[in-house]
Amino acid sequence: MSSTRPGFRHPDLPKNDLGYTRRDYEGAASTLCAGCGHDSISNAIINACYELALEPSGIAKMSGIGCSSKTPAYFLGKSHGFNSVHGRMPSIATGADMANRDLVYIGVSGDGDTASIGMGQFIHVVRRNLNMVYIVMNNGCYGLTKGQDSATADRGSAGKKGRQSLFESIDLCELAIAIGAGFVARGFSGDKEQLVPLLKAAITHKGFALVDVISPCVTFNNTTTSTKSYQWVRDHMEATATFDFIPPRKEITTQYEKGTTQSVTLHDGGVIHLHKSDGSVDITQRRPAIDALELYREKGRLLTGILHINESLKDTHDILETVETPLNSLAEKELCPGNQVLQQIIETYR
Amino acid sequence: MKLEGINDFVIRFANVNGSGSASANALFAKSLFRLGVPVSPKNIFPSNIQGLPTWYEVRINEKGNLGRRGGYDFIVAVNGQTLKRDYEGLAPGGYFMYDSARQLPADFARDDITLINIPLTQICNREIEDPKLRQLLKNIVYVGALAHLFGMEFSVLTDSILSQYKKKPKLAEPNIKALTLGFEYAATHFQDTCKLKVKRSNKLTRHILMDGNTATALGALYGGATVAGWYPITPSTSVIEAFDKFTSQYRLDDSGKKRVAILQAEDELTALGIALGASWNGARAFTATSGPGISLMNEFLGLAYFAEIPVVLIDVQRTGPSTGMPTRTQQSDILLCACASHGDTRHVLLFPCDPKECFEMTADGFDLAERLQTPVIIMSDLDLGMNDHICLPLEWDDTRTYDRGKVLDKHQLESLTGKWGRYLDKDGDGICYRTYPGTHQRLGSYVTRGSSHDEFAAYTEDNDTYQRIMVRLGKKWQTAKGLVPKPDIKLTDTAADYGAVFFGTSTQASHEAIETLGSQGITINTMRLRGFPFQDEVKAFIDRHKTIFVIEQNRDGQMRTLLISECGIRPDKLVSITHFDGLPVTAGHISYSIEQILKAQMQQGGAQ
Repeated sequence: MSSTRPGFRHPDLPKNDLGYTRRDYEGAASTLCAGCGHDSISNAIINACYELALEPSGIAKMSGIGCSSKTPAYFLGKSHGFNSVHGRMPSIATGADMANRDLVYIGVSGDGDTASIGMGQFIHVVRRNLNMVYIVMNNGCYGLTKGQDSATADRGSAGKKGRQSLFESIDLCELAIAIGAGFVARGFSGDKEQLVPLLKAAITHKGFALVDVISPCVTFNNTTTSTKSYQWVRDHMEATATFDFIPPRKEITTQYEKGTTQSVTLHDGGVIHLHKSDGSVDITQRRPAIDALELYREKGRLLTGILHINESLKDTHDILETVETPLNSLAEKELCPGNQVLQQIIETYR
Repeated sequence: MKLEGINDFVIRFANVNGSGSASANALFAKSLFRLGVPVSPKNIFPSNIQGLPTWYEVRINEKGNLGRRGGYDFIVAVNGQTLKRDYEGLAPGGYFMYDSARQLPADFARDDITLINIPLTQICNREIEDPKLRQLLKNIVYVGALAHLFGMEFSVLTDSILSQYKKKPKLAEPNIKALTLGFEYAATHFQDTCKLKVKRSNKLTRHILMDGNTATALGALYGGATVAGWYPITPSTSVIEAFDKFTSQYRLDDSGKKRVAILQAEDELTALGIALGASWNGARAFTATSGPGISLMNEFLGLAYFAEIPVVLIDVQRTGPSTGMPTRTQQSDILLCACASHGDTRHVLLFPCDPKECFEMTADGFDLAERLQTPVIIMSDLDLGMNDHICLPLEWDDTRTYDRGKVLDKHQLESLTGKWGRYLDKDGDGICYRTYPGTHQRLGSYVTRGSSHDEFAAYTEDNDTYQRIMVRLGKKWQTAKGLVPKPDIKLTDTAADYGAVFFGTSTQASHEAIETLGSQGITINTMRLRGFPFQDEVKAFIDRHKTIFVIEQNRDGQMRTLLISECGIRPDKLVSITHFDGLPVTAGHISYSIEQILKAQMQQGGAQ
């Protein structure tokens, strides 16, 4: 059951560039289990949108089915949302984006919703390079149906039921990079410091942006034998690089040491500065990005942060060469060629 | 005895698919059309690209009976694989044209037909220099020969070639040469052989010759569709191909950018998902598919019904079940589409019977879908979609504006008194007010979902609320009855005992059959269904007759079932006349079936 939060606002709450407080980005109270990683991600989404000063009504929240897909009710209450059917969010998001390219599309899915029933749609929305953020709230299990293994559960990992996962796990990030996604990142719901800037960068990126967030299921998969537990992830995560996301029109005040920082300029003028600790991974290239994921996997570590970024790709609208005006705002005069043209057309059928 | 007649016969072409025969045969049909003669071509083709048998059947009928007649009076038999079958199927007194490059086997011994042997291969090898063109032009040579045999005006054929190759006049030249070669050969060797003749007629004045899928695509263009998701499937693919072609020409802005987004999806699920996402976001969107696609789309159709999202879905039906016969026709998705998806669902269906209605119903479909905020399915089929049909010209009223239904804009949201609810029935017609994302900074946002929701779109498991929403959807269904097109009813005799109900591509053959029966003194009133849900008129028509024949192209009498359940009709009152071999139904099959039923009724002691 969704319930609304009290409407009271403290007059001194800080405001962003649009004059909105963080509260303006909140949604209904969550009904997920206490301590669920997904609630932390919802909060990170709220923070990212607030800090980027996005117009809430200019955002559309898209989701499929599952615990994760329920969350759009819990953030961005002033935005339209579409809680669709299991594994089909990518197609709904594709159509929505085709109709109105001016909105920001934030898709929320889970590991079951994406890596199993929705795998076909996921792969193809990556291929199309739809301009959206695709957040996977990845807990390695099916929460709503009480804890079955999902396709992202590592082989040998065991949740509350104690049975080991039998099959190879799917790394959605590696897959997305392989198919040509322009922005791929991995975060952890327990690391807000990293997750919020990751989401901000993902939202700012033009084209498809995957943010796979390991988000422990406190009820079914937070055991000592699970590789999706808070403890395991804390003990094993390593970042590709720390980074600063500088939105457009913000003055760059920090000085970076030469040679250790790589800068990627986003389409709207924002800049991501990557500070590489060892300078080994060039995440702007597909192959080293995949190599890095494989390397860390072999070491039994979980690689997080921005895993791959490529700002040079065309999004679906660019590929299809559609007009700049949102298609949903075109009227008869631009859409209907009129009877005179119709008579010319049918003349060729005489 | 030879078959004789003017503008009244059936000719069949037996070809190998992929040999270029389709365009030659179409040229023949188009030439008849241009002579003003009512003509109906049917392509009977395999699910294959090259090498399998394919037939093209053309009925020529001065009276304008354009359904399939059955049988053939003349055959152009140029496919060795089917030669025997084509020979044996020819009507007594008919004409058998073949390529004399090969001799007919000894068992081809009928004495009731006329052989017309033309050395097609030899002529082409001798006269056509480019070996690549020889195979293609062999087909044109026999068209030239037919022109002479039937006494057609030769200039109609050459004009057709010239207009076909207007942009590539170089290609016209060898085609005209091939036509002439065939014409002259027939003139020399078969001067008075054929007694079947074609004469210029005044039957077609304003008409056009168009396939239904092209007309459907034009309907989508004129109806203002801006987003199409699709997945290739016979026989619907050409809807999108035509839409792509027309939008590439008529939907460009000054810089050449497109006012349309057409996306080939990874499957039919996504195809409909794209259309739904776009519709939800305020664009007019559609997809086109066939039965197997509808099976996959069930999931999204249920979502669209329950979450109340408009969408137009074109179902070009083919022969099921499963993969069935992908290149053959049927009207067998009626029940599937009427009740697609789990739970209590009902979908609006429209039944076009010719290309003009394909155009109109598709364009109207967008208005209807947005007015009712629900899917509207256009029930075309392979016969209608992929074959050329004669119909009256398409027209568009330039004063027409799109009915976008109950959508609140920014100002309307601000001037609302009381709380807005996405699923609140303000007007008592079961249709609620919706908003597009991004309309207002503070007002009108909600979460669309396929799970149970209350009037304010919030998730609910409250039983009363769930039931209230379902009842309200039922009320909307009643509203739909007043909006879908009414049936086309013809009461020849207001006191008649018999009525016939049919729809879509069963129409032409049904009318012809009933006319035939009428000439034998059996009067049957008719009702052509054009939409579902059924209006009161549908039930009233059934009620006024003692026996109703329901004519449809599927095995199980699906429309009959729907009529029984939706209108509460006593089952034994509705008698099924079905045809489901994959070919378009013939008038003969219908009239024969009705005669047999009436005979049986008489034997049982008169009509019930």
